[in-house]
Amino acid sequence: MLIEQYLPIAILLAIAIVLSLIVVFISRIMGPFRPTAKKLSPYESGMTPMGPAVRRFPVKFYLVAVLFILFDVEVIFLLPYSILVQDLGVYGLITVSIFLTVLTIGFIYEWKKGALEWE
Amino acid sequence: MLTFSPVSVSFFIMALFTIGGGLGVVTTRNLVHAALFLVLSLFGIAGLYVLLEAPYLAVIQVLVYVGAISILITITVMVTRRLMGIEETYNRQWPIAAIISGLLGAGLIALVVAQFGALTPVADVPVDNIEQLGRAFVTHQGFLLPFEVASVLLLAAMIGSIVISRDV
Repeated sequence: MLIEQYLPIAILLAIAIVLSLIVVFISRIMGPFRPTAKKLSPYESGMTPMGPAVRRFPVKFYLVAVLFILFDVEVIFLLPYSILVQDLGVYGLITVSIFLTVLTIGFIYEWKKGALEWE
Repeated sequence: MLTFSPVSVSFFIMALFTIGGGLGVVTTRNLVHAALFLVLSLFGIAGLYVLLEAPYLAVIQVLVYVGAISILITITVMVTRRLMGIEETYNRQWPIAAIISGLLGAGLIALVVAQFGALTPVADVPVDNIEQLGRAFVTHQGFLLPFEVASVLLLAAMIGSIVISRDV
């Protein structure tokens, strides 16, 4: 694994950093900055802003985040197996099936409980 | 000893990301900003994994920590009423905490340097390390039982999070 293979990622990272700095700072440097209370208020499609933007979020977001992490970790456990499917044959299939069966129980529970629905 | 090769330069950039992000986490007054600094720090660690020739670990770091854990931390801050209002995250113990964690860090660095000296690699990284990892996961010569138990752990976490967040 040569480090040069990561050069495109490094270039992409550099472009992303430079571009985001430009986007953030160019208007501050180039444009006139004469703030008024109206100009500094949050833009809400021409309406007067009501209430602070910082407020509590529903706990559903948290549930989605936790479930996302769990399936993420599951994929990470399965990914190294996926390149060995041919190699390990039936034995590997059985062991991975046990792993997946346990998680499928959880998935069915989650589905039937309605945790995937967003009412 | 300090030479300017692409590897060493990228190491210093990634170390800067990691340490700078970590300092940002503990010094910023806004918890959401602290979570974003944590993303920077975790991303730097992913870069260090790449430099250690552990590409799969780097991908996991980005996918799980940068992608998912940081989102979970941000959402945890956002769903908690008490935490959203806090602008002042300092408390009176911070100088003591800084001294203790500084000493701890220095001790760990001293220990590593005393143990491994010039920090030369002990062995080459095998090219097929992902294959070896997969073989270790699903064969009984490897870590088959921990692998299967991990699924039970994930199941418990799944059910637990649903039970906690459904009826509140």
